[in-house]
Amino acid sequence: MTDVNKNTMEMEEDTQKGRFLTFSLGKESYGIEIKYVIEIIGLQAITEIPELPEYVKGIINLRGKIIPVMDVRLRFKKEPREYNDRTCVIVIDIKDVSIGLIIDSVSEVLTIPEEDIVEPPKMNKGFNNRYIKKIGKVGNDVKLLLDCEKLLSEDELEDLSEVL
Amino acid sequence: MVKVSGRNTNEPMLDMFIFETSQLIEQLEQSILSSEKSSCYTPTAINEIFRIMHTIKGSSAMMIFNNISTLAHHIEDLFYFLREEKPNNIDCSTLSDLVLEGVDFIKIEMEKIKNGDEADGEVSQLIERIKGYLSILKRTNISTGPVKDPEKVDTKGQRYYISQDKAKTSIYANAFKAVIYFEEGCEMENIRAYTIIHNLKDITEQIFYMPEDIIDNDDSVEIIRREGFKVYIKTDYSYEEMHKFFMQAIFLKDLELIQLENVDELKQFSTVKEAVVQKNPIKVPSLHEPDKRKKEASDKEINSTSMHQSIISVSVPKLDKLMDLVGEMVIAEAMVIQNPDLKGLELDNFQKAARQLNKITSDIQDMVMSIRMVPLSTTFHKMHRIVRDMCKKLDKEVQLEIIGEETEVDKNIIEHISDPLMHLVRNAIDHGIESTEDREMRGKSPSGRITLEAKNAGSDVLIILKDDGKGLSREKILMKAREQGLLYRSEDDMSDKEVLNLILIPGFSTKDGISEFSGRGVGMDVVTRNIEAVGGSVSVDSILNNGTTITLKIPLTLAIIDGMNIRVGNSCYTLPTISIKESFRPKEGDIITDPDGNEMIMVRGQCYSILRLHEVYKIKNSSTSIFNGIIIMVEHDDKTLCIFADELLGQQQVVVKALPKYIQNFKKIKGLAGCTLLGDGSISLILDITGLINN
Repeated sequence: MTDVNKNTMEMEEDTQKGRFLTFSLGKESYGIEIKYVIEIIGLQAITEIPELPEYVKGIINLRGKIIPVMDVRLRFKKEPREYNDRTCVIVIDIKDVSIGLIIDSVSEVLTIPEEDIVEPPKMNKGFNNRYIKKIGKVGNDVKLLLDCEKLLSEDELEDLSEVL
Repeated sequence: MVKVSGRNTNEPMLDMFIFETSQLIEQLEQSILSSEKSSCYTPTAINEIFRIMHTIKGSSAMMIFNNISTLAHHIEDLFYFLREEKPNNIDCSTLSDLVLEGVDFIKIEMEKIKNGDEADGEVSQLIERIKGYLSILKRTNISTGPVKDPEKVDTKGQRYYISQDKAKTSIYANAFKAVIYFEEGCEMENIRAYTIIHNLKDITEQIFYMPEDIIDNDDSVEIIRREGFKVYIKTDYSYEEMHKFFMQAIFLKDLELIQLENVDELKQFSTVKEAVVQKNPIKVPSLHEPDKRKKEASDKEINSTSMHQSIISVSVPKLDKLMDLVGEMVIAEAMVIQNPDLKGLELDNFQKAARQLNKITSDIQDMVMSIRMVPLSTTFHKMHRIVRDMCKKLDKEVQLEIIGEETEVDKNIIEHISDPLMHLVRNAIDHGIESTEDREMRGKSPSGRITLEAKNAGSDVLIILKDDGKGLSREKILMKAREQGLLYRSEDDMSDKEVLNLILIPGFSTKDGISEFSGRGVGMDVVTRNIEAVGGSVSVDSILNNGTTITLKIPLTLAIIDGMNIRVGNSCYTLPTISIKESFRPKEGDIITDPDGNEMIMVRGQCYSILRLHEVYKIKNSSTSIFNGIIIMVEHDDKTLCIFADELLGQQQVVVKALPKYIQNFKKIKGLAGCTLLGDGSISLILDITGLINN
């Protein structure tokens, strides 16, 4: 019985492995590991919460569950853009914390084989790619694979400056 | 091993058993305590205890928890005797002690069962004591025995021992005659005989036996010794089964079991009975007392059975799921009714139906939300028991007063506050309340007083435990803190409040000796830890020689509050209605601005500061002119503040939900207690008045 369970678990892991949900943010295309993704929803009414960093837009009611939403554009310090009907919220769940990511538009689910995933180039400035775990190559395109956990955990220095 | 596997398959049954039995035990404890307080066991109480014990016996026997069932059986016997005999000279406190001990035993066993352990407690000693007590009762009761009208005894015998009505309708296959001899010198043959009859009742309803009045008539002991105890039964059981049954009897010396081919002997027996039964109604008026009692009992029984059926246990995750679903439904409803496709259409019937739907969904929502709320009364009433036990052991007199037990708190919170409360009550009795002599010396009333109060205060539930004992002495606390090395600051710097709060530190104890109940210095920090676990706080207040007040402030993570929704810009906020004093539109002349730009308003000669929500929370596109909006005056802890908002949206009951963890991790946002879902699925932020006032 347990063996069977384990097998199905492994199978599930397997089918999810190497699969990424890709979305676009301006010109770039990003990928997010599919195992984190709960669902994709259209943009809905956001309740603003005061005294939070700008990129935390507020909270939404997802079928009775209240989850925070974060504008990834602002998180990456890009220019804010008006939301339109292509704007989506990707609901992800990391270590039992649910959060919605506001992105320009979702593209597709891709399988990127391991050999096509490379380490991001090391840059001394460091800061620019700290949310990027790996880089995936798909044909001629490059997908920036997000490190979701870093997306949520705060750099304390930055946090402080924003609060002040 | 068998039991273990059995347990797995019996899981739901076991859950049910645990749930039911704990409820019964609670009920039982309460009726014992209230009986003891009035120092007499009313027939109703005796009946209730008897019935509860009977149920516990049955269900625990079914679940093969033999020690519980035997114990319950003996307590049942005891109360059976009380119910039938109504002895006048019962020693109430001994009786309560005995039964409470039994209750404790069952509680411990239940705990073991809950944890999946074997219920292996040793019960024989307690049973012996119960038996001893019963026999003493019986002996003292003999003196009143002969005075009784023999007829009365007789009718009673039939009324309770044999269910005639049922016996007539049911037909059993086999008839037996059994003559039982008990071992010489085993004593109380009549009780043993009765036990057999009692057990037989589970098998069949057609039982007749000689001598009939085994319990009431002490001569029956002699008869049983001489001639044996004769039982006639009709049953579906086979000879072997019946033989086995009788052989189980304790102290059995000899058994003659005969299957009756000819049921005449039995018939004769029952016709005699019936004749007597028919005579009964004529006699009843003269015996109005027991009859009334019986009626009362049966009424009660009916009531309690229906009560049983009206409560079911539901797992909390299911409720959470239900609540989410209802939330979803409300949104779906709004989506249908306010569907943009319907715009501009004249739909009278649709609107009518929609209104009906709206009403029902909001009712469902209210209902689901209220399901999780449990009144504090059970938790509070548990304290009666603690007070009683401690008073007995410490020889103090304490009255417990309970106020606001109907205050409802989320179930999760109740689980967290029950232990701390117990600690606090123990502390209050052990450390707080002085001995009777001391109290008299100080000119206080000899019995101490502990008040346990619960109330809703804005976004919190307050539980206040007040005693009128000796209070806490600053010097003593400081001295102890020094001794135990808990002082980190200069003593002179500490305010009284800070000194008092030292007692909440782990390891602190002012009690010199360690007693059974407290003094190890683990009490108060457990209290603090438990309360903080649900996001609450503990505060201590004390006046030397006047008493101590400990206040537990518990946030309502899921509590329902009456809220007033207000609009500021595009955002909606909710204020707890309880803290709103009034709302009004300000007039030009009322506003005063000081040189720092702080606004104040004059209301009936009093000056209050104004808080503009849109400024505090930097809300765009709200009205900034104070004359276009509305002022809401809120009050908390005697502090008053005027909040400026755009408009009032209306009042509704809301469920407080905590803000998502991710948001909480950023920082504690000032003045926000949580959020709630409004009927249309949008989110409103709940304002924390205390936070705003202290801002």
